[in-house]
Amino acid sequence: MSGAASLDAILADFAPEQASLLPILHEVQAAFGCVDAAAEAGIARYLNLSRAEVHGVVSFYHDFTPMADPRPCVQLCRAEACQARGVDALVAAAEAAAGSRVRIKTVYCLGLCSAGPAARVGDTLYARLDEAALVDLVNKL
Amino acid sequence: MSTVRISDDALALACGADALAAAFEAAGCTVERVSSWGMHWLEPLVEIDGHGFGPAGVDDVAAILAGTSDKAIGRIADHPFIAGQQRLTFARAGKTRPLSLEDYAVTGGWASLARARAMTPGDVLAQVLQSGLRGRGGAGFPAGIKWQTVANAPLGPTHPCKYVVCNADEGDSGTFADRMLMEGDPFQLIEGMAIAAHAVGADQGYIYVRSEYPHAIAKLRAAIALAAEQIAPFRLEVRVGAGAYVCGEETSLLNSIEGKRGEVRAKPPLPALEGLFGCPTVVNNVLTLAAIPHILSEGGASLYARLGIDRSKGTMPIQLAGNIRRGGLYETAFGITLRALIHDIGGGTASARPVKAVQVGGPLGAYIPPSQFDLPFDYEAYARADALIGHGGITVFDDSADMGAMARFAFAFCAAESCGKCTPCRIGSTRGVEVIDRIRAGGKAGADAVEALPQMHNARKAGRSREEDLALLADLAETMQSASLCALGGFTPYPVMSALKHWPEDFGQ
Repeated sequence: MSGAASLDAILADFAPEQASLLPILHEVQAAFGCVDAAAEAGIARYLNLSRAEVHGVVSFYHDFTPMADPRPCVQLCRAEACQARGVDALVAAAEAAAGSRVRIKTVYCLGLCSAGPAARVGDTLYARLDEAALVDLVNKL
Repeated sequence: MSTVRISDDALALACGADALAAAFEAAGCTVERVSSWGMHWLEPLVEIDGHGFGPAGVDDVAAILAGTSDKAIGRIADHPFIAGQQRLTFARAGKTRPLSLEDYAVTGGWASLARARAMTPGDVLAQVLQSGLRGRGGAGFPAGIKWQTVANAPLGPTHPCKYVVCNADEGDSGTFADRMLMEGDPFQLIEGMAIAAHAVGADQGYIYVRSEYPHAIAKLRAAIALAAEQIAPFRLEVRVGAGAYVCGEETSLLNSIEGKRGEVRAKPPLPALEGLFGCPTVVNNVLTLAAIPHILSEGGASLYARLGIDRSKGTMPIQLAGNIRRGGLYETAFGITLRALIHDIGGGTASARPVKAVQVGGPLGAYIPPSQFDLPFDYEAYARADALIGHGGITVFDDSADMGAMARFAFAFCAAESCGKCTPCRIGSTRGVEVIDRIRAGGKAGADAVEALPQMHNARKAGRSREEDLALLADLAETMQSASLCALGGFTPYPVMSALKHWPEDFGQ
């Protein structure tokens, strides 16, 4: 985390009530790449919750992580519809291309189920991937 | 030169629609970004004067403009995939710019809200009841009865107001109708929610969208800002999920909006009486709320009630997904068979191999073999066949699919996404993976290292036969089905047991 000042700047945009917690966590995760212990403590203080309550919420949701991972990330859909279109056969090649440089993260459904295998990098989506296209996508990150 | 229309739906974007639009602009054309027709195998689809070209790439631009393209599909509205549909909820698909208030108004937008607001809340409820609309999220509960419960719920000091919540946490694989509607016709959803708010007496609403849908989130936020005046005094806010599948369950969704862990609540109390922040709350799926403007239009309720079969009234936006040649959105009246959907409309598998199975209703839906493809699309008919319609997603698998692996995946998915509150789901899903692994590996000869310890008095020392393991699996499935708090644990046995019943050969010898 780059400093308490910027956490305070995020918190100032929200009402100090528990219902603000998820929107706050999204902002913190986007700004710092994680929600670490210091951020949890600061959020808890602002919302008048215990740190355990905030940690319970942070650890429940897949989108929030305790440590930042600076690597580029390819979110690869491996749910049923993409499995039916052969995503499992692409994984080995994608992981080989990624090595430790790129993170390949499994997600369940990007809503592109008629045109899988599908992937997401940031807010950019990719569909109809074959092995060459997926490896190319990984290599260009 | 005439206008070129290209979709800005997420699926079209994933297939290169932006680059294509830029290429047409570079060629001197005016490009209009519209919603998607739902013919996904043709995306990016280019429309010029009603004629379609797809799937089009940047290389096709010159030929399309010269009229020599081999990607021409003729008039889009006459295409069999479109002409065969009865589009009510998706009436604007492909035809309007999603964030154009002007397009929305000239295609009948806001008329139903004005009509509803001129009626008493009781009369609006009567229209929804008359239409026979049932919740499109999966459970199929009559929408009118849910609304009536909220409308009649008393207010008090601890629950001083009512809420309308839209469940847009469309996490089921094989479904994308909610996403298409939010991206393609967001005002219709907003109008439906404003009508619901009038009917039940709510002045605040939330749309809970999953974080995997960034384009839908952006469109909804923009649309709400544009429509704020139109729907006032009703206020609407988008809340973004955080990657938890179980938050599609209505009570865990409410907890998530409240800033809590997305754990399921025990019912009763029903959300209709004690929902968001303890207040009476309507929780409906995107497609349910988006069907409302049609139902509240002049004569809409009785038209809706005339469509469909038995107690499944109106139309269902069916989603053809997975290994299918012509995938996309197909809205039609209830009663259509899987055979018609998969073979006549969908054109069989994309891989040109025989169909082995289809999963209807997402990860918690049963796998259906080709021998049952005459089943009519109807809530009760599916229930009788130990299957469910769910959110109307159909995922097709060809003969290379390993149904034993799919059954294992169903348990593994449940284990990964369980909220952890109830034991059958939290523990049962993990035990389920182990039992299936054991069955597929040909059983276990004797006790393992832990079971062999002298202090493990009750552990079984002998191996299990396949029959004993299968009985154990059936017992586990029954426990999960009847004792789980919500549909995640309760319905995971559907894909597992249907796969075992119809494809026992995929579970080893």
